Amino acid sequence: MVEFRVDRASGLPAYLQLGRQVREALRLGWLQPGDRLPTVRDVVATSGVNANTVLKAYRELELAGLVEARQGSGTYVKSSLGSAAPEALDDLRAKFAAWVREARSAGLEDEDIDALVRAVLSGGSDDGAG
Amino acid sequence: MTVRVAGVSKRVLRNCTFELPGGGVTALVGANGAGKTTLLNVLAGHLTADSGHVAVAGRVAFVAQDKPMYKGFTPLDVLRFGGHMNKVWDEYKAHSWLHRYKVPLKRRCGELSAGQRAHVAFALALGSRPDVLLLDEPLSELDPLARRRVVRDLLAEVADTGMTLLYSTHVVAELGGVADRLLLLSNGKLIVDGDTDELLGQHVEITGPAADQPPVRGDVVLARHYDRQSTFLVRCQGEAVAEEPWSARPVTLEELVVAHLEAVA
Repeated sequence: MVEFRVDRASGLPAYLQLGRQVREALRLGWLQPGDRLPTVRDVVATSGVNANTVLKAYRELELAGLVEARQGSGTYVKSSLGSAAPEALDDLRAKFAAWVREARSAGLEDEDIDALVRAVLSGGSDDGAG
Repeated sequence: MTVRVAGVSKRVLRNCTFELPGGGVTALVGANGAGKTTLLNVLAGHLTADSGHVAVAGRVAFVAQDKPMYKGFTPLDVLRFGGHMNKVWDEYKAHSWLHRYKVPLKRRCGELSAGQRAHVAFALALGSRPDVLLLDEPLSELDPLARRRVVRDLLAEVADTGMTLLYSTHVVAELGGVADRLLLLSNGKLIVDGDTDELLGQHVEITGPAADQPPVRGDVVLARHYDRQSTFLVRCQGEAVAEEPWSARPVTLEELVVAHLEAVA
């Protein structure tokens, strides 16, 4: 089950935030094929977002082929996103956590780490020296 | 369309035109004196427009900002009164709102806190099962926690009944994901009218070397120039791709609103 959070002060439209959270849950294995997403009414009542926002998010996930709406019964996860096996993911997560600890003890702030990760992902500088 | 406003002028309002489809949530934003309250009163039928045309489909409920109420009435009296005054009346809905927010039913309204009075007004409005609910600054008397709950409950009400909600607010930072439509008034003129997600997608802030024009196509809402740097808040046509040495960043609803208000100030 996912619980949605919306950062209202974000420049990212709320429906994209919801979609991102579902993808994240898929990637981390919290949501798996066959799982049912919360009903629109439930998301509205628990997260305080507009029903149209939730519908838009679900539609976008459907178009991406990640979920399917079944007439009268709800929206279900169709495929998973995690490309790695769960054990591999755990291992990578542990290594990354260790790396973050090292980075913090070296004096990096979260923002620096963020910038570094993004730079490496986009194929830029990968030496990390600041 | 559930609400149609065409060329309406009244007091500060000048030539306002917009339409709201049924079932949506629209936030009406603008500086003090911009005409928000006048517009809501015209829609509620309390004021007659000097010119233009207004059409609202179905039953309308309006909650004024100062929540006017007979001081000697208890919340129970108010609901009983509501039951008599409305052809359609949902006693259960009205009562459950008071119950949910723990409003003392038998204390006179004059002795209730501002927040409690607000809840009596909401209960009365929702009890009449409106097709269109107009709220003038509904959240101003509520603490942050109560604000969140009220917004949540109102949105659930919209989802359940398909009513149309139009409310004025100053708390732009809390609009994300709540309002699907934004109406921005400045000096009686509607300066922005759009889908909030689309507006967020269109507006970007672009920063780079000093320049007269931004490197993307669109309307410059606001420009700031320094010795070696220029910053543009742009409403783009299509996707904004800023190439080196320019950088683009998405803006928040609050930044967007402030920029538009500043631009016409």
